[in-house]
Amino acid sequence: MKFTLGWLKEHLDTTADAAAVADALTRIGLEVEDVSNPADVLRPFKIAKVLTAAPHPQADKLQVLSVDAGDGPLQVVCGAPNARAGLVGIFGAPGTWVPGPDMTLKVAAIRGVESNGMMCSFRELLLGEDHDGIVELPADAPVGTSYAEYAGLDDPLFDVSVTPNRQDCMGVRGIARDLAAFGLGTLKPLAEAYRWFRETGEGTAEWFTSIQPIEGHSPAPDVRTDDPEVCPAFYAQAVSGVTNHDTPLWMSRYLKLIGQKPISVLVDITNFVSVDLGRPLHVYDRAKLSGALVARKAKDGEQVLALNGKTYTLDSTMTVIADDAMVHDIGGIMGGEHSGVSETTTDVLIECAYFDPDHIALTGQRLALTSDARQRFERGVDPAFLDDGLAIATKLVLDHCGGTASAITRAGEPPVAQRTLAYDPARVLALGGFDVPADRQKAILERLGFGVSDDFTVTIPTWRRDIDGTADLVEEVVRIEGLDKVPSTPLPRAEGVAKPTASPEQRVERKARRAAAARGFAEAVTWSFLSEKEAAPFGGGHWTLANPISEDLKVMRPSLVPGLARAAQRNRDRGEKAIRLFELGRRYLNDAERPTLTVLIAGDAAARDWRTGKARLADAYDAKAEALAVLAAAGAPVNRLQLIGPGGETWHPGRSGQLGLGPKMILATFGELHPETLKALGVEGPMVAAEIYLDAIPAKRDAGRARPAYMPSALQAVRRDFAFLVPADLAADKLTRAIAGADKQAITEVSLFDVFTGAGVPEGQKSLAIEVMLQPADKSFDDAALKAIADRIVAAAAKQGANLRG
Amino acid sequence: MTTDIDQLKTDILAANTAAPDIATWDSVRVAALGKQGSITLLLKTLGGMSPEERQTTGARINRVRGEVSDAIAAKKAELDRASLNAKLASETLDMSLPIAGLGGGSVHPVSQVMDELAEIFADLGFAVATGPEIEDDWHNFTALNIPETHPARAMHDTFYFDRADGEGRKMLLRTHTSPVQIRTMVTTPPPIRIIAPGRTYRSDSDATHTPMFHQVEGLVIDRGITLGHLKWTLETFVKAYFERDDIVLRLRPSYFPFTEPSMEVDVGYTLVKGKRTIGGAEPDGWMEILGSGMVHPKVIAACGLDPNEWQGFAFGCGIDRLAMLKYGMDDLRAFFDGDLRWLRHYGFSALDVPTLSGGVGA
Repeated sequence: MKFTLGWLKEHLDTTADAAAVADALTRIGLEVEDVSNPADVLRPFKIAKVLTAAPHPQADKLQVLSVDAGDGPLQVVCGAPNARAGLVGIFGAPGTWVPGPDMTLKVAAIRGVESNGMMCSFRELLLGEDHDGIVELPADAPVGTSYAEYAGLDDPLFDVSVTPNRQDCMGVRGIARDLAAFGLGTLKPLAEAYRWFRETGEGTAEWFTSIQPIEGHSPAPDVRTDDPEVCPAFYAQAVSGVTNHDTPLWMSRYLKLIGQKPISVLVDITNFVSVDLGRPLHVYDRAKLSGALVARKAKDGEQVLALNGKTYTLDSTMTVIADDAMVHDIGGIMGGEHSGVSETTTDVLIECAYFDPDHIALTGQRLALTSDARQRFERGVDPAFLDDGLAIATKLVLDHCGGTASAITRAGEPPVAQRTLAYDPARVLALGGFDVPADRQKAILERLGFGVSDDFTVTIPTWRRDIDGTADLVEEVVRIEGLDKVPSTPLPRAEGVAKPTASPEQRVERKARRAAAARGFAEAVTWSFLSEKEAAPFGGGHWTLANPISEDLKVMRPSLVPGLARAAQRNRDRGEKAIRLFELGRRYLNDAERPTLTVLIAGDAAARDWRTGKARLADAYDAKAEALAVLAAAGAPVNRLQLIGPGGETWHPGRSGQLGLGPKMILATFGELHPETLKALGVEGPMVAAEIYLDAIPAKRDAGRARPAYMPSALQAVRRDFAFLVPADLAADKLTRAIAGADKQAITEVSLFDVFTGAGVPEGQKSLAIEVMLQPADKSFDDAALKAIADRIVAAAAKQGANLRG
Repeated sequence: MTTDIDQLKTDILAANTAAPDIATWDSVRVAALGKQGSITLLLKTLGGMSPEERQTTGARINRVRGEVSDAIAAKKAELDRASLNAKLASETLDMSLPIAGLGGGSVHPVSQVMDELAEIFADLGFAVATGPEIEDDWHNFTALNIPETHPARAMHDTFYFDRADGEGRKMLLRTHTSPVQIRTMVTTPPPIRIIAPGRTYRSDSDATHTPMFHQVEGLVIDRGITLGHLKWTLETFVKAYFERDDIVLRLRPSYFPFTEPSMEVDVGYTLVKGKRTIGGAEPDGWMEILGSGMVHPKVIAACGLDPNEWQGFAFGCGIDRLAMLKYGMDDLRAFFDGDLRWLRHYGFSALDVPTLSGGVGA
């Protein structure tokens, strides 16, 4: 929402300058995005008169002018075809920065003739597109004065961000009302702002105290509403015999200052009233209408060419204004091209209607069409302002286009039911934390247009659709009184010792994250969405966005691997050789969002080193090590984990696995990525990864802080080595687990320390060497006891097809 | 006799001192203290001495024997040390050779800041809550007093799924962490003090917006909570987070459908060598950092609580932006790129765990 200080002062009687206004706007909740003064850069440009013009001795297209900008004649070389003696224009002296071409003028010789400045075009001053020649001002423009001042450009421009609840501040007058309530001045009566006076005698006049309907001299136009739900009120007045020519200077100046291009006086009147009062209007060329103008539901497939030059196809949920022949207006959003006014228009119909805000919002969303009118109607315009809005529009038309007005048609009833709230001024203290005396609250509310009775029954102004509870009234009082008055009140501290505030799941996440970082992985955060192609090797996405930003960010990730693999590849492309990345985030599955920590190693697991002279590429065992380390840190019972099957189709079938407490309790998947997966992700292998399913880790039973009683044994533990020949395809952990189970009392540790195939080992077999630690309980082992244990170990191993090597 | 013994001692000690190696030293030792050694032979003469002679000469012989054997033992130690030194000298390695990389990983700034926030708010009694990122439109909008036609829905560029939940609610990616407020109020009886950090999504992508970003939500529901408590909480939080006391906040009235009154909060900055630095008692300007307000009575009612009994405040704040303001990153997009160089530079050590005792910053 843009307006200038001068425009504001049409409604607000104040001496405040731009800085004071900006400060007040921010304090009361109208966020100032920008304050600028277009005159600042134009101030050095002065009105100057060309005294003489002579041909340039060296160039046909140039002239040598003598220019007076108030300080006597100056020689200026000029290339404009319209430069001539007697012309009054705009002059920039040497040292002046010219905004259009972005250059600073200096004294220079042009084709051998000294030039002391420049006569400017509008385009060079960024005041328009006109570049046919230099600016020609009226002959009586005062030579030597600042052009910006002369043209009324010295008017600070505000750009205010109006929040969606403040429909009333979508008009300059609403903003003026808020500022007046804040105490920055007084709100002028509307009739005064619109110079609405009557002559009371010879040369004397007085303001009307209110806006008066314009009396008509011809029959009221034929309009009606057949859709009272969406368009409950359709007011209209016609004016015949108008001329649609130039817009009055004061109006076009305001519109230009806020960046709107003046079009024609009739269009500009509707634009001006929309910005000034937040009241959208529409003006139809009556010559283009046939029959009654009716607010009705559109027919499915009906089309309208709108004023923005685009054709919209409508459906039966939308409400339009149409005559017997066609649709002329997408009700409350945008008018149609066919009945739009032109410079030949002589008879007009002015529409001032009320549209249901929700309906306007939905239609606008459905058509993807925004407009100044939609912005106002969907927030909800003042339903009690139809008569005044129509009268102001008609008067502006009569004043600036001539003609005679018709009588007024008032079809339907705007929803102006009076709304009241029972308010208790103590709510300000209860909600805001500071006290504002009741009479002061009453004054604030009344300045904002509320009615306040002695018992604090508050009547809500018709233009404040956003107010529907006492909390809203508290906000009104607090924002006008000033949020800086809110005290700083400490929250009460809970009694006693602070309790942990993180949930068990969060504690697991923290440990897992810092464990991965401690093991040399850099934490990345990658997009939660992927392309369908990237998701495919992971079973595809379960959640597909209906409106993705791009095909690359379309489905919610079923795995964290693709994002990390892609990031790893980008690092590899930059020349990184040993890439260790991890991410802790969610996988988005059909039934739930699963917190997951994924580590990924690309390239070397160990860098090239002077001891060995070569690097070691990452392999699936590196991924397994990381999976176990993170699981251990996260509190998983890693000594009870089993290897369950390969990882699945995403992974190398022979170099991947799952770790779990059983086939239905998988805690992690690890391994080398399948070459097809790498290909689908567009990355180079080998890459190894481990996904740790944090939500699958069983929660620790809360058994209090004290540990179980423990006394280290005083007896010496014994170590024994065994070597077994086993089938080549036997999983080693089957053997170690079998051995560990051979004597659960005595065997405290089983570790595999060698795997060997080759000389001495029969084809189809492998040799596994295992160290077993035996801990005596109450007396040291004697030979017989040791032999008994060894026999049990060999027997248990034999059940797995293992034979003790002789 | 006396002269002989003294001479003998002098000769042995001289030979012992001069011995260049263990072999020479050993021959000196044998020549003096061996079975046929000169000192041993002298000792054997004691047997033929009179008691008087034993008193005098015998004592002298014994004294000389002690001196000689001490000197010989000392020489042995000296030679051993020299030989060990020579051996060690031959074992010298180039200690300037590099060891394998230290291999330190790093924690992402977003995670670190979330941990910092959890620590700061734990001190104020706030628990950490979470909620789903794939939300339904009731939790994300309707319960937050944002009906379907509300213009505020247009402020949120929402990602939708072509799916509805069992109750026919449209599924979407949450546009803010505020639905966690709703989920908490629906399930937890007041009093409530939570923060809810997490991922949020809007279909927005330019230099300063990414389609995915991080927010933290705060919620307090209790009896008698006012704007004053909100102001204090935000001041305490911002001061603790930026680790300085001279931070000034500016509250501006604003609008959010789910709070009433609503306000935006700006933090004052001062210009230090032309760079905006958070803090300073006399701010040079203001930066918007969060939105907040008193929870709207309709929101409290939508969660099944009585707004006449319970009231409170809520706030929401961008975590990525908080990280940038504190740790000096200036490009949001780099947060999500996984560039190891960036992660090493802006990331945190695994052991930099924010604590109240050790400080929340790192």
